[in-house]
Formats: sequence, structure tokens, C-alpha cells
Amino acid sequence: MMEIHEGALDVKEILGRWLDEEMNSNYGAFIPFIGIIREEGEIEALSFDIYEPTLRKWFDDWQERARAEGARVRMAHSLGDVPIHSSSYISAVLSPRRKVALRLINEFVEDFKANAPIWKYDVIEGKRIYAAQRSIAMDGAGILFIED
Amino acid sequence: MVRVEFLGPIDKEAMELEIGSLNELARILSEDSTLAQWLKNSAVAVNDTIVRDRETPLKDGDRVSILPPVCGG
Repeated sequence: MMEIHEGALDVKEILGRWLDEEMNSNYGAFIPFIGIIREEGEIEALSFDIYEPTLRKWFDDWQERARAEGARVRMAHSLGDVPIHSSSYISAVLSPRRKVALRLINEFVEDFKANAPIWKYDVIEGKRIYAAQRSIAMDGAGILFIED
Repeated sequence: MVRVEFLGPIDKEAMELEIGSLNELARILSEDSTLAQWLKNSAVAVNDTIVRDRETPLKDGDRVSILPPVCGG
């Protein structure tokens, strides 16, 4: 239910496969979110590091949360460099009812942005630069910090 | 020994330390000036699970990960 791919995501393959696998699952709503990398300034591509063990735990917790509402979450993310105008992230919620799915896709993507252990770098002239300004401290951050 | 790993953009080699709690780790890392910009905004996982309490005990063989601010998607 959680996939990591080297480089850009093949959106049609992934969404087509998910649709094939879920069409008979009797969910009335399948709501995908596709993240596409925009052209901005000098950026040639984005690049991603992932800490997979903690990402899997985060995702499994979310699957439990979705299951409690009769729904299911799916997710695919890129590792390494992804050029502009391609996709690095797809998530989806499947649910018997659309209102649950519409709410959960928003909560899922928001929590993903805040707590999925993935680090983003801008690629400019072939160099990776950590996207510090766009990054968010995870819940519980700072516990090792000691005030002087 | 407890293995401490620094993830994502933190450019630091892993450390092997004889420590019994995150409190002890906090004291050791606070003396490392290369980590000054990271400790305030990094989360901590013990054996891949995020922890929120500096009193968390550590035992031989535990793995601690330091997770700086994230930006997936």
C-alpha cells in the first residue's frame, strides 16, 4: 500500500494499477492526489531522501486510522532526483462514502507534509540544496535541545 | 552501545555511544557546535519509532535517529 520508486513516478501506471486492484473492493469513492513539480526559478529538479523504516510506521498508523473509518490509504513517493513537470508523490483514499474520503485525503496529505520522514532538495546546476525554508519540524522536534 | 544516526541533510557520520538515556545523548550533542542549528528543530526516533520524551531510557543495541525538518511531496 506504500511504494517507493527511484526517480519520477509513472502516474498512469500507478493509478491504473491501483484502480485495477481496487475496482472490486466495493469502495464507492477513490480520491487520488497527484503532486507535480512546478518550474520555479533556477530549479531543474527536486531530489528526495527517505527514511523508510519510520515512513512505514507513519503510514501503517495512518492505515489503522483510515480503517477505523472504513477507508484505505495508498501512497507512492519518489527517491532521488525528479525533474520539473513530473510527479514525485501520489496518494489516494478509498472509502465507501465520498465525504469520508474527501476529508481524509486532506488530513492525510497535511500530516504527510508535517510528519513523513522525507527530505527535499532543490537541484540547481546539478547541485542538491536542502529546501530548509519549505521544511517543517516534525511533531516532537526539539526534545534533544538544551537551553543554555 | 547505542548507535546514533543523523538523517537527511545533517552532514554527520553516525556515532556509537555508551549512554543510558536520551538525556545523556542531549548533553553530549549539545557540546557539538556542528549540530547547533539542528537540535532545536529535529525529531528523534528510537528503533525507528518517534519519541517525545527526553527521559526515554536507552539500552545496548538501541538505534537513535535524528530527523531534521521534513518536506515530502
